[in-house]
Amino acid sequence: MKTIIPVENGDTLQALQGFLGRLLETGTVDALLVPLRTPYGTVTPGIVTNPEMLAEADPLAPVLPSNGATLAGKLSAREPRAKVGVMLRSCELRALIELVKMQQANLADLVLIAVDCAGTYSVPVFVKKGTGDKGQGLWQELYQLATLQPETSQPEIRAACKICEQPVFDGAQITIELLGSDLSQGIHISLTDELAARLGMSPCDANGRAAVVEKLVAARTASRDAAFAEIRARLEGKEGVPGVFAACIRCHNCMEVCPICYCKQCVFKSPIFDHDPMQFIGWAKQKGAYRMPPDTMLFHLTRMNHMALSCVGCGMCTEACPAELPVGLVFRAVNQRLDAAFDYHPGHSVDDPLPLVTFKADEWTEIGE
Amino acid sequence: MTDTQFEPKIIAFLCNWCTYTGADLAGTSRLQYPPNVRIIRLMCSGAVDPIYVLKADLAGADGILIGGCHPGDCHYQEGNYKARRRVVAMKEILKNAGFDEDRVWLRWISASEGSRFADTIREMTAAIKEKGPNPMKTTWAV
Repeated sequence: MKTIIPVENGDTLQALQGFLGRLLETGTVDALLVPLRTPYGTVTPGIVTNPEMLAEADPLAPVLPSNGATLAGKLSAREPRAKVGVMLRSCELRALIELVKMQQANLADLVLIAVDCAGTYSVPVFVKKGTGDKGQGLWQELYQLATLQPETSQPEIRAACKICEQPVFDGAQITIELLGSDLSQGIHISLTDELAARLGMSPCDANGRAAVVEKLVAARTASRDAAFAEIRARLEGKEGVPGVFAACIRCHNCMEVCPICYCKQCVFKSPIFDHDPMQFIGWAKQKGAYRMPPDTMLFHLTRMNHMALSCVGCGMCTEACPAELPVGLVFRAVNQRLDAAFDYHPGHSVDDPLPLVTFKADEWTEIGE
Repeated sequence: MTDTQFEPKIIAFLCNWCTYTGADLAGTSRLQYPPNVRIIRLMCSGAVDPIYVLKADLAGADGILIGGCHPGDCHYQEGNYKARRRVVAMKEILKNAGFDEDRVWLRWISASEGSRFADTIREMTAAIKEKGPNPMKTTWAV
């Protein structure tokens, strides 16, 4: 059902906080996972159980310090657990769907609250632009731009956001539809009939969201394809992965922040890479020289094999890379080809099995002869 | 001339139940095949993590063969079907990452197919010779 939350005095944030408060007050959820303003002005995800604390909630702050799918997994993978409303952006929800299939999250006691996304800033950019009172207007600027000029990207949003063609998520119990309407007047929300009855909400007319989303998706898709063409020219040309990732310092940051890389102990941190000193010398003798620290490209190529099929393109890896490598772009470009081969769409449905855990008897007969 | 001719080095990951036994049969049957293959036995082709293949490729192996039971014959019911999907993904990734995916072969060879094993090694050695050495042999910065 579609409904609208009235906004008083143009204070959209307060109206949204009020709506979140009702979820707690009506017992619809025991807790909420939402972005909060810290006393120091920064924004971080946090768990709220006291409705009064929602005065600190800033769910529209255009920053993604971490992919919330991992956090939602922490709150839902094991029992006993509480009923938690998780307010997440599309890329976070798609990663959450993938984590469910990997038994790292469970939707049974989660209420998914999807927020339309107009893009986010890198943490340092956000800290510079939007801490303290300055931050209030930041999200408004982005949603206004996305609604009024969907074909124009704000130049400072994250590279991953500029090429994100899935700014909205379909399939949450509650969707905060921020695109395509005047947010100073009211917030459009679509939610399940059961929740609407519980919260005592009445239906309203549809908004102009669909048309705006369509334009936004078209513009982002065009930017994505241009970025893919550029990185593919490098990947398939002389450079390949060794060239594109040449400056990698093998810090593993990309893996640490990746919502899909869930392994408690990654093979690359296991003792199998504790080689004897003479092993390195032997390898050096084979090629005349040997790159240290070892196995840098092996790390990237193996990670690609292990998780690229489920890559949702959140770009956390790119954010975390101290060498400023286009990690996320490379993974997305590869992922697009993989997904085409397996006809798989990460994050779409918990009912689509992960491609590498299922099979058909009569497929790819030309590969294994 | 024969001294300097390129002799490919092929790393073969063979499943214990079918292809490895097939290779054993090739040996006990005194079948001749090129000595270019180094065999690593695993319990199942489904146990071949891409990391093994990639390590071999990046270290400069000229060819990598993964051998398993014929579809439907897996000792563990479905390991080879899963291996096939993994190889499809791996080849797609290699291709898109600037590597030669045709250096990786997947073949189904049963325990009774000693001659098929010998034929496969002959075929693969010839094909890789045609291709030339793996450029990774002399690429240190990986």
